[in-house]
Amino acid sequence: MAATTLQTKLARAREADRAALVGYLPAGFPDVESSIRVIEAMVEGGCDVIEVGLPYSDPMMDGPTIQRAADRALASGTTTDDVFRVVEATAATGAAALVMSYWNPIERYGVERFATELAKAGGAGVITPDLIPEEAQDWYAASDRAGLDRIFLVAPSSTDRRLELTTGACSGFVYAASLMGVTGTRAQVADTAETLVRRTREVTRDSGLPICVGLGISTAAQAAEVAAYADGVIVGAGFCQRILDAPDLETGLIAVRSFAEELAAGVRSR
Amino acid sequence: MSHAQPVPDAHGHYGRFGGRFAPEALIAALDEVEAEWDKAKDDPAFRAEFDELLKGYAGRPSLLTEAHNLSEHAGGARILLKREDLNHTGSHKINNVLGQALLAKRMGKTRVIAETGAGQHGVATATACALMGLDCVIYMGEEDTQRQALNVARMQMLGAEVVPVTIGSRTLKDAINETFRDWVANVDHTHYLFGTAAGPHPFPKLVRDLHFTVGAEAREQVLELTGKLPDAVTACVGGGSNAIAIFAAFIPDESVALYGFEAGGEGADTGRTAASITAGSHGVFHGARTFVLQDEYGQTLPSHSISAGLDYPAVGPEHAHLADTGRATYEPVTDAEAMDAFRLLCRTEGIIPAIESAHALAGALRLGKRLGPGAVILVNLSGRGDKDVNTAAAYFGLIDSEGQA
Repeated sequence: MAATTLQTKLARAREADRAALVGYLPAGFPDVESSIRVIEAMVEGGCDVIEVGLPYSDPMMDGPTIQRAADRALASGTTTDDVFRVVEATAATGAAALVMSYWNPIERYGVERFATELAKAGGAGVITPDLIPEEAQDWYAASDRAGLDRIFLVAPSSTDRRLELTTGACSGFVYAASLMGVTGTRAQVADTAETLVRRTREVTRDSGLPICVGLGISTAAQAAEVAAYADGVIVGAGFCQRILDAPDLETGLIAVRSFAEELAAGVRSR
Repeated sequence: MSHAQPVPDAHGHYGRFGGRFAPEALIAALDEVEAEWDKAKDDPAFRAEFDELLKGYAGRPSLLTEAHNLSEHAGGARILLKREDLNHTGSHKINNVLGQALLAKRMGKTRVIAETGAGQHGVATATACALMGLDCVIYMGEEDTQRQALNVARMQMLGAEVVPVTIGSRTLKDAINETFRDWVANVDHTHYLFGTAAGPHPFPKLVRDLHFTVGAEAREQVLELTGKLPDAVTACVGGGSNAIAIFAAFIPDESVALYGFEAGGEGADTGRTAASITAGSHGVFHGARTFVLQDEYGQTLPSHSISAGLDYPAVGPEHAHLADTGRATYEPVTDAEAMDAFRLLCRTEGIIPAIESAHALAGALRLGKRLGPGAVILVNLSGRGDKDVNTAAAYFGLIDSEGQA
């Protein structure tokens, strides 16, 4: 199978001896059209990959910032079909476009139908924070057929056996949760992050599967610190916060672009 | 406990339902709870300690009361009440919290967290934690903390910290989300004492096993009283813990019909309902595949019931499976039907039931008229109505909505 845009982006970052910058934003935050503009600013600032969040009513893994952003998106009427529109616009920027979604909206839309529509919109893959490989049989089949990358999570509490199982089920990259907790900014990068990446490298040595680290990374210095040992740095709440704090969209876009630039410099200072 | 059913399978599936849709970060903790329970349930020392608490602290076995005066309102059927309302803390919930608190200590956890809707599970959890010297934090939707201020005070008196949840719809489902978020961050020393037979594996099985004694006692008591098994067993269903509590021991008895009565709210077809099996569809919610009230995009719909304990937009996966296989039948009971049954039990038997349990009672009256004279119907009277006096008094116009007579 041909490489996905995600795989290409990560390979290029690796060739350039830097980490990739992965930015997250819920589709429809603060509304569908504006979220496209925010994502364009993220890409202009230097994001290689965008995780387009599918806003969900019960986001168990998210802290207050992303919950608030997703609530705003739902309140503005964002649907799964809107998510595909945002993915299409994201792919048009040249960045790799992923969807990050809790499992129920995907299952409800129809697993096959979701995969087909996402591929049609130019999406490269899906991150599924509450789906573990043991429950993913339908998703394996649908994502394979549509040529989408499947990104599962590993956590500091994952056993060696589970690291092997989970990385074996992933393509594109594996999402390493830096700490035991939910999304949101933290004062410093947890010391569990580097240990988890090292343990994950042990089981991905043969496949070379990239490892991207997320949760709690929100400054250029933190991005640089993580870039020293990871293939990608994932930032979400920091982008959402800048839009929440801005008095209007234009001000927010400037803040988002310059934040992405800082982070992009961070992932290049290995 | 040794009579527990062979379902679920090794991964917690009940037919098409159940399983584990949870963040990877929690899988190790869920595995630990599962492994520890597997050991504890066959450990004579653990069982002895648990049984002693049920007997000497919770007040088990609970009585079986025949509601003679109710019979004429139930088509002449005999109505037998399993009196879980007489347990310490006022409902069946005490069985589960005592068992899980013991399990938490066995796992070396020093802190227990739990969600609560109306406050019954929160009060029960705070009680068990006070007894066993565990730190206790209860998450409760901000709306519910205002509606149930007395129960908030109760939990605080018992030494628990009550955290109002101000995100999402600010009700039970959001309290569960928030408790999971706490658990992910503190799982090394914290046990999530899940309150109902739902959630990711092994919670539905663990909660069922800890409540198994309810149906097992009732089965013996009905046999002793009537010389035969009941024709039907009824319970109210929100998440479904009291229902699986009384169903489980009867599942192998094919002659016994099992009826779960869901909270119909203003009517299962009005959109103002909590009847997830009747009005919902297949989905994944709070860690399991089950029936969920959801829109066409899989967003959870707000539920409604006059009973806070049934006001939940999904149901435990074993009930989804029992509905799927036809072993149990689930029907909605509206707010109005439940409140009629509530008043009837007060007036005819001198028992003030929880509004939750009044749903089971309303269903039993309906069923009695169907089955006719002489039929024996066992009802799980899962809780007492002290906590509901305000709601009921306002409903019947005895006080105004400000609580003034």
